[in-house]
Amino acid sequence: MAPHIGVVLFPGTNCEHDAVEALGRLGADADLVWHGSTSLEGYDALVLPGGFAHGDYLRPGAIARFSPVMEAVAAFAAAGGPVVGICNGFQVLTEAGLLPGALQKNRGLRFVCATVAVRVERGDTALTDGVAVGTTLSIPINHFEGNYTCDTETLARLRDEDRVVLRYVDNPNGSIDDIAGVCNEGRNVVGLMPHPERAASALVGSEDGNVLLGALLRTAGAATPAA
Amino acid sequence: MAPSQQFSVQVEVLLRDGIADPQGATIERALPALGLDGVTAVRAGKSFRFDIAASDDADALAQATVVADRLLANPVIEESVVTVRPAGSPA
Repeated sequence: MAPHIGVVLFPGTNCEHDAVEALGRLGADADLVWHGSTSLEGYDALVLPGGFAHGDYLRPGAIARFSPVMEAVAAFAAAGGPVVGICNGFQVLTEAGLLPGALQKNRGLRFVCATVAVRVERGDTALTDGVAVGTTLSIPINHFEGNYTCDTETLARLRDEDRVVLRYVDNPNGSIDDIAGVCNEGRNVVGLMPHPERAASALVGSEDGNVLLGALLRTAGAATPAA
Repeated sequence: MAPSQQFSVQVEVLLRDGIADPQGATIERALPALGLDGVTAVRAGKSFRFDIAASDDADALAQATVVADRLLANPVIEESVVTVRPAGSPA
């Protein structure tokens, strides 16, 4: 059966249809979940897509973490369900405390919109399961606050526990240790600034995003749905 | 005890020491254009003001601190300073 993937829609999210389309083309049964939902029953995986949830007021993700759905997202993640936050979704997951660190304004206060090379550092997370370490992918980024930061203890832990999932080949935003994506201790929650759903067809310049989304489909298919 | 007093709260949020502050740095670099070259250590932050109903000073400060720590500032990169005074008293 096709894995059922929920794409969480906050007011101000704007990449939800790209995510549904890209996941659907890979064979997932993907649909939207409104941020006011309090149940995620029946989903095999969740995607928090990009955009400007709640207008990015205060800080990106700062208000979204209080959306009703976030309690259910936290429970889903705690039960081992795969959760992926893309760009603004990554910011929401850090603000919600489901991932460590924070995303601050880019180095040089520069908004970056470009296709960049990212290297897969781990092949055992919800978004990279089965992907060869060292694989380099060409995927767009599009953000102002994508400069990943954390304290030195957290960075040491992320390294020791092999939780840096993706690194930029050529750091575009000042992120500490070239980090483009990280995961939680359980490796089922992954956040990344690059947009794999925008690299899902040769028609738009790259199909490399399908490597990551395909891995998510595999993870979702293997996961026991969190009740 | 039921809240009986109004308090005015000001919360200032700044990036923690050691966290790059590109806004502050950019503002500082713009200052020589004003003919001012002695201004240093510019830091950019946010200021919030709100009123709170509380039983006393300590209660108001405790509530305001929850607002500051759990919503207004991200403790990973920011720190906050909370100031509480009785509503209507001089700032």
